[in-house]
Amino acid sequence: MSTYYASLFAEAGILLLGALSVYIILATGQLSLGNAAFMAIGAYLSSYLTVELGMPITPALIVSAIAAGTIGVIVGFPALRLKGIYLAMATLGFGEMIRSFFINFPAMGGSGGFHGMAHISVGYIWAWAGGILVVLILVERSRVWLEMQAVHDDETAAGLVGLNTVAIKVGAFGIGAAVAAISGGLFAHHHVYIEPANFGFERSIDFVLATILGGSTLGLGSLIGAILLVFLPEFLRPIADWRLAAFGTLLILVLLVRRQGIVDRTLLRGLTFRKAAS
Amino acid sequence: MSAPLLQLSEVTKSFGGIHALSAVTSGVPEGKIVGIIGPNGAGKTTLFNVITGAYRADSGVVRLNGTALNGLPPHQIAREGIARTFQNIRLFPSMTVWEHLLVAQPHRESWWRRLLPVGWGDPAAQVRAVEVMEFFGLTDLRDRPAKSLPYGMQRRVEMARALTARPKLLLLDEPVAGMNHDEAEEVRQLMLKLRATGLTILLIEHDMNFVMRLCDYLYVLDFGVLIAEGAPSEVRTNPRVLDAYLGKDE
Repeated sequence: MSTYYASLFAEAGILLLGALSVYIILATGQLSLGNAAFMAIGAYLSSYLTVELGMPITPALIVSAIAAGTIGVIVGFPALRLKGIYLAMATLGFGEMIRSFFINFPAMGGSGGFHGMAHISVGYIWAWAGGILVVLILVERSRVWLEMQAVHDDETAAGLVGLNTVAIKVGAFGIGAAVAAISGGLFAHHHVYIEPANFGFERSIDFVLATILGGSTLGLGSLIGAILLVFLPEFLRPIADWRLAAFGTLLILVLLVRRQGIVDRTLLRGLTFRKAAS
Repeated sequence: MSAPLLQLSEVTKSFGGIHALSAVTSGVPEGKIVGIIGPNGAGKTTLFNVITGAYRADSGVVRLNGTALNGLPPHQIAREGIARTFQNIRLFPSMTVWEHLLVAQPHRESWWRRLLPVGWGDPAAQVRAVEVMEFFGLTDLRDRPAKSLPYGMQRRVEMARALTARPKLLLLDEPVAGMNHDEAEEVRQLMLKLRATGLTILLIEHDMNFVMRLCDYLYVLDFGVLIAEGAPSEVRTNPRVLDAYLGKDE
């Protein structure tokens, strides 16, 4: 594999985790436009741990995930009072807040960025991305996931059938944040240099886009979305300056035809040749 | 009447200046089917919403087995043993019938087992879901999205979902609305079977024939005030009830 493709695969793995972080929160009906902030927390914290404290990368990622997850839970509580577009705006604000915090945080290089991380392989990135995806696909068949779906579908009814909607929504924020932090830690140790501009609004939008494009009702959708988002613009390179416009057009077309994203449960049932419900 | 399973004492609820419920005091004895009837806007659904914690009562106490439920969040009231259905059916649009039968079951397993696929993590939940699915005749519809089913079947799914929670008290808000006579009769038979298992049922219904033939005891609400109670045969002939309600169209 050429370094060019290796680098694209690495990007896809990192984006997959970012997309999953949005997907987990979205599964409870909450749209977060600020997940790049959790990614930033993971990137900076894990880099600090490996560079300044000499911690190996794997425990550094785990510590970062726990820290970001805790912050996610803290953010999740005020988020309970907001719905739909208002929640999206609040999370966007949170994202900008964290980004500007790192600009004004000289201990980690401020706007000049931070470096010194040891480079990690594509295989290591995909061990995390693939591992988390597989775990998530199993969790999608669990009671907890059904409860998340119930909160997504009808929060009031979910409460009245005995589900603790607060714990479910806040928990989803925490887990989503932890996954975004892993994405950030891998990003930092893949690029071996990070700066606050890496974790801006566009990054959060990329996560949401990969989730929505691939299919926001399945973890597998995030995989497809992430791969398309990374590789499609590359394959469109022959049309040079128009490639991003062409990519945007494709995106609109896909969403017009399949609002639910490329994969959903119905499609999956068809593909696995299971007996379709009559 | 021995100490009732559900006891309402002086329950009052207002919206603005409207008294939806005025000092309602009533009891639902264990193992009985109790009906609440009354004209539209009488406060019947409001009463359900207060019992289940969807609304908070302005004053008064709701007790289940002697435990006061006031101020508890809805999910805790549900866990105390009250399950309900809704007047406007509230199923989860993204879920199949089968998933509805799993989602509302109380947790018996540790938290990490709940993260495993249901078959590995909580086989007992599957057993319970199958039981209830067979009881309500939903087996053939197992993998259908619940929202795609005919109206009468959706009502059954909702009742089935409520029952998987193993409630002590089942609240049914117009369980046979929109059903034809045969379907309503099937539901009546199911309710009788449930009563035989010891379940207590409190229901709101406009279909008088259904109510009179099913309920052991009736409460009549009018403009938030209990105006009568008693066995169906007594209520049927109570002059206040006839004035307020039955007299209008019979």
